[in-house]
Amino acid sequence: MSEFYFIRNILLLPLLEGTLITIKLIALSIPLGLILGILLAVGRVYGNKLISSLCAAYVIFFRGTPLLVQLFILYYGLPSIGIFFSPLTAAIIGFILCSGAYHSEYIRGAIQSIKGGQMMAAEALGMSRVQAILYIILPQALRRAIPGCSNEIIYLVKYSSLAFMVTLIELTGAGKIIASRYFKYTEVFLVVGIIYLLMVSVITKFLNMLEKKLEIPGLE
Amino acid sequence: MFFTFLHLIILIKRDIIMIENFLMIYQALPYLLKGSLITIGLVGGALFLGFIVGVPMAVGQVYANKFIANSISFYVWFFRGLPVLVLLFLFYFGLFSLLGLNLPAFTAAILVLGLRSAAYQSQIFRGSIQSLGEGQMLAARSLGMSKFQAIWNIILPQALRISIPGWSNEYSIILKDSAVTYAIGVMEILTRGNFIATRTYKPMPVFLTCALIFLILTYGGVKVLDLLEKKLRIPGYVFGRREI
Amino acid sequence: MQRDKDIVLEVEDIHKKYREEKILKGVSFKVKKGETKVIIGPSGTGKSTLLRCINQLTIPDRGRVWLEGEEVTHTKKSINQFRQKIGMVFQDFNLFDHLTALGNVEIGLIKVKGMDKNKARQKAMEELRQVGLENQAYLYPAQLSGGQKQRVSIARALAMDPKVILFDEPTSALDPELIGEVLEAIKNLAIQGMTMVLVTHEMGFARSVANEIIFIENGKILESGSPYKLFNNPKYERTRRFLKKITELYGESSEKR
Repeated sequence: MSEFYFIRNILLLPLLEGTLITIKLIALSIPLGLILGILLAVGRVYGNKLISSLCAAYVIFFRGTPLLVQLFILYYGLPSIGIFFSPLTAAIIGFILCSGAYHSEYIRGAIQSIKGGQMMAAEALGMSRVQAILYIILPQALRRAIPGCSNEIIYLVKYSSLAFMVTLIELTGAGKIIASRYFKYTEVFLVVGIIYLLMVSVITKFLNMLEKKLEIPGLE
Repeated sequence: MFFTFLHLIILIKRDIIMIENFLMIYQALPYLLKGSLITIGLVGGALFLGFIVGVPMAVGQVYANKFIANSISFYVWFFRGLPVLVLLFLFYFGLFSLLGLNLPAFTAAILVLGLRSAAYQSQIFRGSIQSLGEGQMLAARSLGMSKFQAIWNIILPQALRISIPGWSNEYSIILKDSAVTYAIGVMEILTRGNFIATRTYKPMPVFLTCALIFLILTYGGVKVLDLLEKKLRIPGYVFGRREI
Repeated sequence: MQRDKDIVLEVEDIHKKYREEKILKGVSFKVKKGETKVIIGPSGTGKSTLLRCINQLTIPDRGRVWLEGEEVTHTKKSINQFRQKIGMVFQDFNLFDHLTALGNVEIGLIKVKGMDKNKARQKAMEELRQVGLENQAYLYPAQLSGGQKQRVSIARALAMDPKVILFDEPTSALDPELIGEVLEAIKNLAIQGMTMVLVTHEMGFARSVANEIIFIENGKILESGSPYKLFNNPKYERTRRFLKKITELYGESSEKR
């Protein structure tokens, strides 16, 4: 078997397929996780006592347990009470639920750092609570939360590899299969690692650009 | 009447299942708790290794020459950019055996988690050192201390104190990451949970119990580190960096 | 109940306490159309709380508020219906930090009044011109001086076409050299016949603009009357002493600045 054939057909093509699945995973979980994070943060700050403590309990559970345990509960645990997910669905749901909890803490901190006068001025103009949150509080809070949330997004890219533990053949899984078949762990996982580094770098660049673009004088 | 009867049976059956589950968990608990000792050993080892390697890395990044500083940056970039699962596979199945080391999974896991943690910890310490400002170093040097003496006696005692909140965060991250060592067969909590789950066909209660153990370890550990922080507190130091 | 058609705002027997401390102990007054009322009094006597009770940003424990004969307190309507018609200018501006000057003025028009975006932009620009800031329309709050910020916030209140504007110490957070431009803007409103309630320490300004000055102490109105009466012939010694002290502290006339 020629080295070139190995590299192209056996290594790169399956890894590329795995990468596409990884991209699918993160492309779905990043935005939905962010939305969940916003809802949790708003519920925690502006909800009544019940909603606020429910959101708090949610965050405590999902930040206090390993993502892998959460995935096991979703994929191996839930079928025993009649709920079945495909590996892809289980992974995406797990990533959304978990990253939402982390995002919410950054967003909550940002909301609480906004001066009370902003809400008061909005209400004085005749805005409802929801309008004030939507048009005044969140545009400021989300900007302030960008560094934290960016970090969380980068984490999510890397932790998407855990989907392999619930049998989804994404990038890491594809690598593991090739590596164990041809017993070339070092080479294969270095390539896999480089692909992750590339993804992380590209997304970091993109998030930095986004932060710059959304920058407003006086709002750090 | 019929429905009430049916309802009763369902209720009783559910109770039996509940009792069964509790019994099963009760029997499995010692086995799982032994796993949490392994988890604690893993986390303790990795944090320690990360600290031992991370502190000199931080000092090197701030005070060493460009070549060393750049090499350290590369190390940090590499270990922070790769998923922990990929690192485990790369080192345990690849690099370690390539180097002729035949390490048990537990040792390999400590090494990988520790070397990775060093990358993260070094950035915590570096941030703290840089937050001290140059004045401390200048004052120490003006007393006639060597650079090394100044770092050891003046800079590090302050920087490490400032680092505690970040460090406590690192504890909870490593604790959660330790579950990933399931992938190379370390007999920690989740691996044991998985054994029991496949044997008893009762994955839900088992994994929920695992989650509960992790929950206790996470918040219990953070609490202990909070106490440590209070104990080491010196007037005038503001602990806790602003997150935003 | 038959009410005087000229009365825009009526405040009746407002009480408010925080924990055990009684801040307001029954304050009542009426504001006629086009009138400027100035509320003065020592700090901590609940002047700001009183203003906030009017548009229900603070809910009073007791007492009622009417706007143009419609009750604001205990209303079945949404309070936001009334707040649109009651402008408010805050001591520390409270401009929305993520919006430009123009954005600050038009957001209420678009989101609360549901105005078409182009129309809202035109109207907002008009209001900014009114306070002399059309050239700063596209700057963010952080890029404006304190005086400019407060003028934007006046434009923001004006844009909603309010029946009355409440000013809560509009110049207290400003550097002395910036106070004049804000007072000037408020004075112009008075001349144009805007109905206003002002809490301020600027006595010279109060003297030249107010139709009536209300002196509040310990949560109650001690005395009220025309500026001439309060400055020259007050009923209580306490009023005279307060006016003397505050005039020494803040200066007699804003025009001198």
